[in-house]
Amino acid sequence: MTSTTPAPTDPSTRGIAVQLTELRRVYGGVAALDGLTLHLEPGELVALLGPSGCGKTTALRCLAGLEDPDSGSIEVGGRDITGVPTNKRDMGMVFQAYSLFPHMTARQNVEFGLELRGRDRSARRARAGEMLELVGLSVHADKYAHQLSGGQQQRVALARALAIEPQVLLLDEPLSALDAKVRAQLRDEIRRIQLEVGTTTLFVTHDQEEALAVADRVGVMSVGRLEQVAPPAELYSAPRTPFVADFVGLTNRLRARVEDGRAQVLGGSIPVLPGSADGPEAVVLVRPEGIVVEPGDGPAPATVVSASFLGGHGRVVARTPEGEEVSVQVANTDVTRYRPGDRVHLAPRGDAALAVAD
Amino acid sequence: MSGRSVFRRRQRVFRWVTLAVLLAFFLLPLLGMLDYTTQGPGGEGRTAQTWRTLADVSTVSVEYPALKEGFLASVGLAVITPLAMLVLLVPTMTWVRLRLPGLSRTVEFVCLLPLTVPAIVLVVGLTPVYAWVYYLFGASTLWLSLAYVVLVLPYAYRSLDAGLRAIDVRTLSEAARSLGAGWLTVMWRVVLPNLRTAVLSASFLSVALVLGEFTIASLFSKKNLQVAMYELGKSDAQISVAVGLAALVFGFVVLFAMSFVGTRPAGTGRLARRRRPRKENPA
Amino acid sequence: MVPFFAYTTVFLIVPTAVVVIGAFLDADNRFTLGNLEALTEPSVVRGLTQSVILSAVTSLVGALVGGVLAYAVSTAREGSVTRRFFTSLCGVLAQFGGVALAFAFIASFSAQGLLSVLLGRVGLGTGSGLWLYEWDRGLVLVYLYFQIPLMLIVFLPAVEGLRPQWREATETLGGTTWTYWRRVAGPILMPSFVGAALLLFTNAFSAYSTAKALVSQANPLLPLQIGSSLSSEVILGQENAGKAMALEMVLVVAVVMVLYAWLDRRAGRWMR
Repeated sequence: MTSTTPAPTDPSTRGIAVQLTELRRVYGGVAALDGLTLHLEPGELVALLGPSGCGKTTALRCLAGLEDPDSGSIEVGGRDITGVPTNKRDMGMVFQAYSLFPHMTARQNVEFGLELRGRDRSARRARAGEMLELVGLSVHADKYAHQLSGGQQQRVALARALAIEPQVLLLDEPLSALDAKVRAQLRDEIRRIQLEVGTTTLFVTHDQEEALAVADRVGVMSVGRLEQVAPPAELYSAPRTPFVADFVGLTNRLRARVEDGRAQVLGGSIPVLPGSADGPEAVVLVRPEGIVVEPGDGPAPATVVSASFLGGHGRVVARTPEGEEVSVQVANTDVTRYRPGDRVHLAPRGDAALAVAD
Repeated sequence: MSGRSVFRRRQRVFRWVTLAVLLAFFLLPLLGMLDYTTQGPGGEGRTAQTWRTLADVSTVSVEYPALKEGFLASVGLAVITPLAMLVLLVPTMTWVRLRLPGLSRTVEFVCLLPLTVPAIVLVVGLTPVYAWVYYLFGASTLWLSLAYVVLVLPYAYRSLDAGLRAIDVRTLSEAARSLGAGWLTVMWRVVLPNLRTAVLSASFLSVALVLGEFTIASLFSKKNLQVAMYELGKSDAQISVAVGLAALVFGFVVLFAMSFVGTRPAGTGRLARRRRPRKENPA
Repeated sequence: MVPFFAYTTVFLIVPTAVVVIGAFLDADNRFTLGNLEALTEPSVVRGLTQSVILSAVTSLVGALVGGVLAYAVSTAREGSVTRRFFTSLCGVLAQFGGVALAFAFIASFSAQGLLSVLLGRVGLGTGSGLWLYEWDRGLVLVYLYFQIPLMLIVFLPAVEGLRPQWREATETLGGTTWTYWRRVAGPILMPSFVGAALLLFTNAFSAYSTAKALVSQANPLLPLQIGSSLSSEVILGQENAGKAMALEMVLVVAVVMVLYAWLDRRAGRWMR
């Protein structure tokens, strides 16, 4: 037995901190990055979330050295690497799709980075085997990319990126070319592997569910800036800006009167989050699960527009006499209680919500 | 600032140097043609006389009857050949896709066969065939189309094949048939419009090939544009060089304009078949 | 379906058969191997050799230069004017060639021609200009003038098929530009490159019009010899010698095409 496997290390000491400071990048007058500052703790997985064109991919590519920022600095482990070329940065990257070298087998793909680092044959083989094992593809080691399914290709790409024991792992929408079921499965697996190897990871995605599911912290981006960086639960329950509230999860925009830290809405009163606007003419952003619906009349009457069964839960959409459409989450067994045209009444459940000026 | 911009700059320099050198190589002989056609008598001075003559249709047809004859013949051939090619290929290829997929290999083989049979060889073999054609239908130059269709088969096939590949003929025709369309309607109203780019580029390739064809016409002693140019080159070189240049420029202008029509002329790649790694089903 | 096969039979299969069978028939339509003797005549052997050399040289040089050109063009933005300009120009030069092409060179290198004058001015006199009509000098140059553009047209799609992710992945894994070309882009392009070069070979090998328009005296190339065997009076008993030469041409091209098909399939091994 040769001792080619690297000594197992404690994940907490394996990761390395990353600091992006005031990154700016302008393409033909449009700022893709407008002063982005982001810190990644050692071993942390941070997801950058946002609609296409928000600059999240540019941020990742700057970190990889595939784009030069116009200004700002990038530090990894306290060392400034802003001017270091990509091939000296030691970062593992997984692309959206089609990144496997088509003329090499899965194993050769995984071995490639090790070969460039001058590892000898047996060490390469052992490490590649280990990595393919980690992503569960040992049996497909000798297949070419075109013989593998999309999900398998992305696993190989992940194994290839991790094989070189990178300082930082960069995932550029690695799941967006896959179909729903494979996506969810691979998403969980990426998280498992990341926790196992402990590499600091930046994960870029436009899918909020994906970001919330895998990340330690999620950064929501819009037009080149970070709107909010927070753990998933906090991001969901306490969005700091309307953009975040809108982009993460479903939200009802309801007219309300906001006074003394409380909003009067749908005949009830709920606390508003810090940073909310106040005044008689405000809008509160309330999640569908923050509202209850009951058949019959009440203080906040409404008419059912539609009721749909969505698997794990159900959704009722009702229209108030003022013409606002409100989405309400209900138990999946209750969906059949509502039909379009039924009279119902609504009430807030009482969770804190963000209020903004109308 | 660092690695990337250096790389991009280097790539740009490489691109412009390469393109400039090759452009010079391509353009110098063409400029040589222009220079030659504007030389005054005895190589002295400049004159636009040649071009003026060429632009004057009536003079050309009087002074250079052979040129007129060849030009008209080539135009006729350039109309008939693409039409015959389309009539022959489009229904066949569509039908094979719809009903007889087993024959697709055979059709492909037949269509690509002319690549292995150079035009000069085809001439040798066509001699007895044409003896019959002339015997049955008379010895018109336009019958050259029959041979030209064979010459354009491989290129037309490739570009139509690319076009058919891009649309789902089966689903389209089933949809049309379910709405009550007959086969003719399917071909004319559904398949052809969707193949527009492919048909256009296949036709253009045929036109280019026909206008540039010399071998078969010359060996069958038929006068098309190229043959007329060649013969004229012996007596009045300036005018025939001018015709040659005009033909090249015309071809370029048409191709360049074509490149803006449709998304991409699928058939400009002679034998080029674009291969992509298998495409993922988007979720 | 029927019209297609009827047509191709009459105008493609029959002529091919005429050549193949005719090569083995004498003047009285009896089987003979006599025609093949014509192939061993020194002039015919020389024609074949010179055709092969000319085609090999121009396809190799054309493939290399055209390959670099294709890459340079591919670095321009898709749909940019540069790209459309070069593909259109090359399309014309590759397909339109023939007589006009020959004229371009005759005019440029005539006594008062632009290139003769230009080259003369920088001290590179082209002499009498007769070199232009020699198969191993002038023809090489003129053939390159359509081979390089053809290479661009044939090879560009392969170069365009290179995905930027492959270069980026190479770099993130620690490779340089050189690594990328040697280990990734090179091997991926190689089958298409060789295939394109073979296509260029058959293109040059079959070319007739350019050579015919340039060379008027001797018949240094096989296609020219076939052409003259058709048009001139043939010695009795040698009517089918032309067919034998034509068959020889088909065989050379067929061998190259089989190689091409084999490579094409190999290229498809990991790309389909």
